[in-house]
Amino acid sequence: MSGSDEVEIPEVDYVSGSGIPVRGNDIDTDQIIPARFMKVVTFDGLGEFAFFDLRFDDDDNPKDHPMNEDRFQNSSVMVVNSNFGCGSSREHAPQALMRWGIDAIIGESFAEIFAGNCLALGIPTVTADSETIQELQDWVDEHPDEEIEIDVEAEEVTYGDTTIDVTVDEAQRKALVDGVWDTTALMKSNADAVREKAKELPYVDDEAIPEAE
Amino acid sequence: MSEGTLYDKVWDRHKVTTLPTGQDQLFIGLHLIHEVTSPQAFGMLRERDLEVAYPKLTHATVDHIVPTADQSRPYEEDAAEEMMSELEENVREAGIEFSDPTTGDQGIVHVIGPEQGLTQPGKTIVCGDSHTSTHGAFGALAFGIGTSQIRDVLATGTVAMEKQKVRKIQVDGELGEGVEAKDIILEIIRRLGTEGGVGYVYEYAGEAIENLNMEGRMSICNMSIEGGARAGYVNPDETTYEWLKATDYFQENPEKFDELKPYWESIASDEDAEYDDVVHIDASELEPVVTWGTTPGQGVGVTEPIPAPEELPAEKQDTARRAQEHMRVEPGETMEGYDIDVAFLGSCTNARLPDLRRAAEIIEGRQVDDDVRAMVVPGSQRVQHAAEEEGLKDTFEEAGFEWRNAGCSMCLGMNEDQLEGDEASASSSNRNFVGRQGSKEGRTVLMNPQMVAAAAVTGEVTDVRDLQEVTVA
Ligand code: SF4
Repeated sequence: MSGSDEVEIPEVDYVSGSGIPVRGNDIDTDQIIPARFMKVVTFDGLGEFAFFDLRFDDDDNPKDHPMNEDRFQNSSVMVVNSNFGCGSSREHAPQALMRWGIDAIIGESFAEIFAGNCLALGIPTVTADSETIQELQDWVDEHPDEEIEIDVEAEEVTYGDTTIDVTVDEAQRKALVDGVWDTTALMKSNADAVREKAKELPYVDDEAIPEAE
Repeated sequence: MSEGTLYDKVWDRHKVTTLPTGQDQLFIGLHLIHEVTSPQAFGMLRERDLEVAYPKLTHATVDHIVPTADQSRPYEEDAAEEMMSELEENVREAGIEFSDPTTGDQGIVHVIGPEQGLTQPGKTIVCGDSHTSTHGAFGALAFGIGTSQIRDVLATGTVAMEKQKVRKIQVDGELGEGVEAKDIILEIIRRLGTEGGVGYVYEYAGEAIENLNMEGRMSICNMSIEGGARAGYVNPDETTYEWLKATDYFQENPEKFDELKPYWESIASDEDAEYDDVVHIDASELEPVVTWGTTPGQGVGVTEPIPAPEELPAEKQDTARRAQEHMRVEPGETMEGYDIDVAFLGSCTNARLPDLRRAAEIIEGRQVDDDVRAMVVPGSQRVQHAAEEEGLKDTFEEAGFEWRNAGCSMCLGMNEDQLEGDEASASSSNRNFVGRQGSKEGRTVLMNPQMVAAAAVTGEVTDVRDLQEVTVA
């Protein structure tokens, strides 16, 4: 492979930052980024529309939402509840959160496609049980400026004097810690094997298989 | 671990290697793209100076933003026009076939793949769209992917994935009048929950599934994702093969049909396949299901009382309370009689020809209620033309429905078709999330297409079986 298409992929073994609690189960990606903001051909500028309909009323006046509160403006670790990111597969959702400033999400559980989309951006989605999460959310509410530290490799989160065990999906952990979460380069290096696989499949016409580079 | 299932077999046939992350690299046999989730992926490709590796295994359509009324170019809305032009440029550059509206083949991505014979048993199929699970109806392994994965597939013809568990959902018994595939899947999601399928792929099996036509199987597989399962499938059988034989691909390449059939048969789940979980549903007990809340799992039989939040599992109570407030429904009451402002017959769940036929039967000789705005948005141009030829368009228009051009339309309100204010819609689509249909106060009640037709003529959620009795009498 030529050097030019190699992209530097950082290792994400540790993330820290102050927290922001976003409460509620089953928060779907339509809420994280309403469809009308997806009429774009790049992800730039999506950050300001994150959670838009929960943050603003019809006349664009701010509503009660943690993302509107001054004290959370510099937060980068979002703490959520269960089945976060369900619904539409839109990568616009984690893109919007990332562009708003989120580097990691701690929650009770995540929808799979959402977690996969986060991983593709190098955003860890780590989980703990519901009680632990609620305690953390309450703590963040009281300590909006204090750091939460996520040790992805050791699967630990530390805040104040507390350290809790969290779970990071095995493949996600490896990908983040070893810096192989950007799979394009990795998989492109197997191009020959991919072509061989294509040839074995009865439904793939020969002319659909590209010549070796 | 499952063994001998279609999922296991198709996975093994497509696995290139295991990556250092522990994920498998899977070859992708069909990559479908549309205008909303692909432009950023093409952008990333350009940034890295990469080309589309398998353009001939890639197929494009335009569906989400396409206007369903006036489709002349440039589109009235600038953002829509920009997305369309971007897609046109991307497919032209890469040499990707594009079912654009001038071809007569355009439509919702999950409707056109099966129509053209692109969707086949034993293929791996991906699209940057969660309802890609639809294609599993043909015994394909089909799942939605995010934009970074679209970039992966474009650049390498593969995705990185972890293997999942397989849950067999055995649906026995016969469906009653007015009850259809949509009700089976709404019932499954209601029982297993919107996250019950996380980590699983669903295999739908049993007499009730085997008796369904391909359109019904598609409605079921379509909503697998609403139950948290990333993919769902039905083993291919004679019904599947009959459909395939009639598609363009096999009409043009009849020899391929005999050539591929042994492969299709070989990837079906073995009699003695092992599953990680098995769930049983009795289809004969079902009645038409409607949603009372703001997730597809919040469903109830049309004559059954809406549950009180306290009766639900602890973690569902909060969501239920908020949903009931939003929908303005009371526990203990039924959904029957719930006022409707809009009737939407469309989407990749239920906008195929038989769906429109069943709805048309209900409205034949009836009129849309004065207070209801009703529209039909066929799933594809082919569905549209076939329906027009059969006279369905006339039936709908005479009853007071608007007849639109093909697209996603009010399923997600990315074009001009949207709910306004706190309008309530009876919708044949798949998502009732707050704001989904374009208005954040809007209220969506999901139901099968006959039920949508019934709601359109009465102006309220109605048990379609009551209207059918009248028709018969
Ligand atoms: S019809 Fe609705 S669910 Fe289907 S692809 Fe279009 S927007 Fe998605």
